[in-house]
Amino acid sequence: MMESKVTAAYGVLATIHLIAFLADFVAPYPFAAQQRDLSFAPPTRIHWTDRSGQFHFRPFIYRSASAASNLAPIHFFVRGYSYKLAGLFTTDRHLFGVESPAVLFVLGSDGFGRDQFSRLAAGSRISLTAGWLAAAISLSLGAILGGLAGFYGGWLDDLVMRLGEISLALPWIYLLLAGRAGLPLDVPAVTSYFILITIVGVLGWARPARLVRGLALSVRERGYVTAARAFGASGSYLLRVHVLPDTISILVTQAALLVPQYILAEVTLSFLGLGIDEPSPSWGNMLAGLQHYNVLVSYWWMLLPALAPAIVSLCCFSIADSLLELRRPVPL
Amino acid sequence: MRCRGYMRYRAALLIVLSGAVRLAGEDLLSTTKPPGRYGGNLVVAERSEPKTLNPVMAIDNGSRELLSLMMADLVHINRESQRTEPALARAVDRSPDGRRYIVRLREGLRFSDGYPFDADDVLFSFQVYLDEKIHSPQRDLLMVGGKPLTVSKQDSHTVVFEFAQPYGPEDRLFDSIAILPRHLLLQPYTEGTLTKVWDLNSMPADIAGLGPFRFKQYVPGQRLVLERNPYYWKQDSAGQRLPYLANIIFEYVGSEDAQVLRFASGGADVVSRISARNFDLLSREAHRSRRLVDAGPSLEYNFLFFNLNNLSKKNLPQIEAKQSWFRNVSFRRAVSALIDRQSIAWLVFAGRAVPLATHVTPGNKLWFDSSVVPTARSIESARTLLSSAGFSWNSSHKLIDQSGRPVEFSILTNTGNTERIQMATMIQQDLEQAGIATHMVSLEFRSMLDRITGTFDYEACLLGLASGDVDPGSEMSVWPSDGSTHLWDLTRATADTMWQSEIDRLMASQMRSTKVATRKRLYDRVQQIMATNLPIIPLVSPNVLAGAKAGLRNLRPAILLPYVLWNGEELYWSAQ
Repeated sequence: MMESKVTAAYGVLATIHLIAFLADFVAPYPFAAQQRDLSFAPPTRIHWTDRSGQFHFRPFIYRSASAASNLAPIHFFVRGYSYKLAGLFTTDRHLFGVESPAVLFVLGSDGFGRDQFSRLAAGSRISLTAGWLAAAISLSLGAILGGLAGFYGGWLDDLVMRLGEISLALPWIYLLLAGRAGLPLDVPAVTSYFILITIVGVLGWARPARLVRGLALSVRERGYVTAARAFGASGSYLLRVHVLPDTISILVTQAALLVPQYILAEVTLSFLGLGIDEPSPSWGNMLAGLQHYNVLVSYWWMLLPALAPAIVSLCCFSIADSLLELRRPVPL
Repeated sequence: MRCRGYMRYRAALLIVLSGAVRLAGEDLLSTTKPPGRYGGNLVVAERSEPKTLNPVMAIDNGSRELLSLMMADLVHINRESQRTEPALARAVDRSPDGRRYIVRLREGLRFSDGYPFDADDVLFSFQVYLDEKIHSPQRDLLMVGGKPLTVSKQDSHTVVFEFAQPYGPEDRLFDSIAILPRHLLLQPYTEGTLTKVWDLNSMPADIAGLGPFRFKQYVPGQRLVLERNPYYWKQDSAGQRLPYLANIIFEYVGSEDAQVLRFASGGADVVSRISARNFDLLSREAHRSRRLVDAGPSLEYNFLFFNLNNLSKKNLPQIEAKQSWFRNVSFRRAVSALIDRQSIAWLVFAGRAVPLATHVTPGNKLWFDSSVVPTARSIESARTLLSSAGFSWNSSHKLIDQSGRPVEFSILTNTGNTERIQMATMIQQDLEQAGIATHMVSLEFRSMLDRITGTFDYEACLLGLASGDVDPGSEMSVWPSDGSTHLWDLTRATADTMWQSEIDRLMASQMRSTKVATRKRLYDRVQQIMATNLPIIPLVSPNVLAGAKAGLRNLRPAILLPYVLWNGEELYWSAQ
């Protein structure tokens, strides 16, 4: 049961990451394209049978509510706007679409008439990258500083741990506000956003460092480390070959916990107006509109982007659980 | 004995409530409105608490709204007609040269604590407001031609004001200058503690004014209660003393959404300053027990402006290089022609906003020049303007200048304002139609302000300003070159273009002229120059939106602050 749950979690995560990688291919419209006469349009209904009851092998939508005969079939691998697939090849093929002037909003449209599905796909690139980038920075810094502190101990340990405590006690939101205000205005929105995410990642080093330090403290006293030291192995060799490899499992588990944590941090940053600037989408800034009561109660489809971070978080937590299970000692 | 005392008290109470009580020699102002009913409370949901109850220190909207109900002025601007009408002044006589005003006060009036009002209170009030050591925000308003007005007393109910030069806005200057009770504030003033009195922790007995209501109770973080002033100096057409309501209760709920929710659930009787989206939401929920009012375009104008500051002494070469585009009138006109104002009005303000041609909104009944119309969106005319100014397009359809540089700039706005972010997002898309690349930068409000008024490290900015009055006098800090809010160029005290020097001359002339027709002609010309040269690119003006329970009578929201409670003394509950 546990195994199938974890396999499903891996599968779902892989699919979401694939969508992020191929966002432009999956999205039928450019994420910034506004169709102003279709503001807050609900999700388009996809049909298999028409109003006369006739079944169609190809799914279709109605171009308008009144014109019953005006069917717009959904085509696959259609031509649309040009983009670079995986940043390499220029193409205009998209996974699905309908012939203009019909419009297919799978997840509805936002206040500017932008396709929510296309924005969600493009936003997944930003949000997942933010999560992974911040987690990678925190874990790298945590592993290096925690490993050094635990292995060498003494004044270095004291210094790193006190720095960690200061870092945990910092009101990071003000640091981010100051960081955002100090950036030059000609820095592109994506760059300035990733600078902020880097700051978040750097500020998050302390927790993984404390875990790694604890492990390093115990590993350095193990027999094989003592033996290697007796054979004249240097400190850096011991750290590189014996101590840090032992922390891999703990770092992987931490990654599974930190990635969703940083994705949710991105949602918080967007809520505070510190997220990526419009028109670039992220899961966070797609949800930021929900802080307005009228949007929250009037347009239910605006809640749908919340499913993305929720699903990613659940999958990551399942994987973290399974990794913890693997690390638990088996009773003899 | 006890019973007799109670009966006497009750009889007195009934007399007061019916408004039949009169003090000898009272010169009450009679309104023309049909008589209303006494009694009842009005619950108003407010976003934020007031900072002070001291009129000399109040600058926030919450405090000023309260003080407008607790205090009175000599001459008042009727928020509905936008014209002045006598208040504490029975009559105002102007000398032919427009420099001397003889103000005759109503006699027999009393402050809300029962203390008589006379010319000494007026003299004291103006002495306080003009005192440099007090730093009151009203002081700037009372400076005419760079000099403070002088006030002298002719007799106990006649005061003479003298201005250094003729003053165009005339007696509008007296609006919202609250007359202070000398008997309560003279001592703190002489002791130098005036700015510290009348805070929210003050005892109600220590505060008195000439407004329709008086301070009753304050519960921090929850509510503030005003009660009826039994000495108020207005009466209705049937001779009943105003106001009608027993109490006005301000409940502080923290946000606009909470305001709307409180109103929708029936927990508040009045809600004002609500967004178009929330107004739309309330309108969709059909409800016979409430009434929603769209008072029309406000005096707020949202606009886009470019950094036209002199940056030669600043180390900002990248921005300086782009200023050759920004200074080009054809470029600004092209940007203006590309912006779809109608869509902004519909999508950002749910149709409850109007496109603007200049900073003067159609809500300004007295000064709006209807011959100046908003620029219609036209990509073709924008392209023609850009071509004529030497711009062209490269193979990727991007706009480039004469030296081949792509035209690209950032639009600065503030994070807290969703509507401005939405407008900037739409403008980005609109400008892209002509190959102009923009990117939006949203900063925390003070960081943004620091950039546009201090470091000048910005390229373009989207902002909104709201005039305090309809008179052009309220715009003197914005349009002349030396104005403190001349946002697009704060570095020059004199004009650097022909049209700006003409604006300087016209604005100065209209401030000195006391003929309304002449002032209107001059200000119309200012609007025409604005529309032609576009130092700012006007966008839209949102409507003033409010709501109240259906039984509230005489509710007439206006576009001048306070939008809803400006006639608080006339509001009453119908019998149902």
